[in-house]
Amino acid sequence: MVELEQVGYRTGQKWVVRDINLKVEPRQFWMIVGPNGAGKSTLLRLISGELTPQMGRIRLFGRDISSYSAQQMARLRAYLQQKREVNFPFRALEIVLLGRYPHLNGSKETADDWAIARKCMEQVEADAFTERLYTTLSGGEASRVDLARILAQEPRLFLSDEPTNHLDPRHQVQTLDLCRSIARSGKSVIAAIHDLNLASMYADKVLILRDGNAVTAGSPETVFTPEQLESVYDLPFETLHSSSGRTVITPLAPTPQ
Amino acid sequence: MQNRSNILLFLSGLLPISLCVAAGIGAYQILPWRIPRILLFHEDGFEVLIYVRFPRVILATIVGAALAISGATLQGIFRNPLADPGLIGVTAGAGLGAAIWIVLFGGGFLGIWGVPVAAFTGGILVTIGVWTIAQTQERVPTLTLLLAGIALNSFAGAGIGLMTFLADEEQLRSLTFWLLGGFGGATWRAIAVTLPIAIIGAVVLFRLARALNAMSLGESEAYHLGVSTETLKRWAVFGVALAVGAAVSAAGGIGFVGLIVPHLLRLIGGADHRYVLPGSAIGGAALLVTADLFARTVAIPAELPVGVVTALLGGPFFLWLLLRFKREVVHG
Repeated sequence: MVELEQVGYRTGQKWVVRDINLKVEPRQFWMIVGPNGAGKSTLLRLISGELTPQMGRIRLFGRDISSYSAQQMARLRAYLQQKREVNFPFRALEIVLLGRYPHLNGSKETADDWAIARKCMEQVEADAFTERLYTTLSGGEASRVDLARILAQEPRLFLSDEPTNHLDPRHQVQTLDLCRSIARSGKSVIAAIHDLNLASMYADKVLILRDGNAVTAGSPETVFTPEQLESVYDLPFETLHSSSGRTVITPLAPTPQ
Repeated sequence: MQNRSNILLFLSGLLPISLCVAAGIGAYQILPWRIPRILLFHEDGFEVLIYVRFPRVILATIVGAALAISGATLQGIFRNPLADPGLIGVTAGAGLGAAIWIVLFGGGFLGIWGVPVAAFTGGILVTIGVWTIAQTQERVPTLTLLLAGIALNSFAGAGIGLMTFLADEEQLRSLTFWLLGGFGGATWRAIAVTLPIAIIGAVVLFRLARALNAMSLGESEAYHLGVSTETLKRWAVFGVALAVGAAVSAAGGIGFVGLIVPHLLRLIGGADHRYVLPGSAIGGAALLVTADLFARTVAIPAELPVGVVTALLGGPFFLWLLLRFKREVVHG
């Protein structure tokens, strides 16, 4: 479904990511973790087609990524970004309706498009503020509206940069539940995330990046070992087993001298 | 949604009324409701209406609409509510073209067409310059487009300043008059040239409305929604250059219409460009017809430059806008 072979991207002389090999199947929920500046967002933007790799190749659904038009890409994948800034008074529902853009072919939205937009807002519990101005929403509310927009786009591949950013714990869990159920319905989901515990709870597979290189990839149990995490983050980690049977990962602050 | 159609409907009704009122008022008074009779039966006032008033209000309509649509489009492209149709260099370039023509060619060999043709050419050339400077290998980033626009705007401004310095009294007078803008020279022939160019520009811009909505989320989000953002920017600059170029060549530099009108429309009906663009066209036309009416009647028999009137209206509005934003920043 998504295949990366020896993919590299540089700005100037610096390789932001390099030698990335990745194969994401349908029904898989991948999470990308790693320190700040490891290249997580760049990798997502390469897979989304926004950036073109200088090295290697990316195939989506069996075809080279460069063979798709912007509109074809928009029907295949959606990308939820970290930062969003809207300067004009759009209502939340109008923002969600923009997700239907790639399906419209230049005509007006049909009743179906409106219904899809409303349904997606209900799915992320954003239906209470359909008529509110997007600019007046709180960070978490705006994040949910954007998630609804991505859902309304109805892609086969979901890319998301920190989907849990700005969300309270309940909505973090809810959003990741939703991502997982999207994956279970036959789509692929790739998300960059910082929270290692959420990653180990939800991810089918984890890719760890550091300095633009893929350190390791695999199931959370196999990659989230204290040794591995310490080598990636330059910080000691400990895994604890909670009474509910979960494994909890926690960083250990260096002991004061 | 229904609300927006109603606003557009209301504005469309308002425009012909303001046209008739404006056509009637002046040194020679004609009651608006008598206009149809006068036109049908060639009654007294026929000549005034046909040769003076109508060319003037119609030209103001075209120019107001062109400026307002262009302002709305550039605000959408730059995602900045303070963008103005002159931002990509058309207005300053046209001013420079007109100034060079008036001062160095002394009116020149093209007769009354000399200044408009020079202005249009100047506007297009400077816009091409802005676009070329802003271009990197594969794209035209909005930020460099903005910066290139600012740079060439000030460069063209300096050129106009130089021409002002070189001008003799007579040239200085016509140059100043041109730069402030006005519809004193409106003729059917001027309309016949301006209208087609402005319509091409407007049609190009109307077709961008949906993509501009996606652009409101940011350039990269627009790309992810399937908008070819480079194509969008190219068409937007092309359409604005034509529409504003035509408007400025016909009527000189008229500020603030392109800034204020899209704002008013967003304020009353929201931000969807499929509503803001047509609404701005009608609103800009109505506003400029009214401003021109004011300009030519407030000090009969003298005439204020219409650019001064729009600036007098626009300045306080801009200030109000600024205060409103400031409040949002403080409380938001």
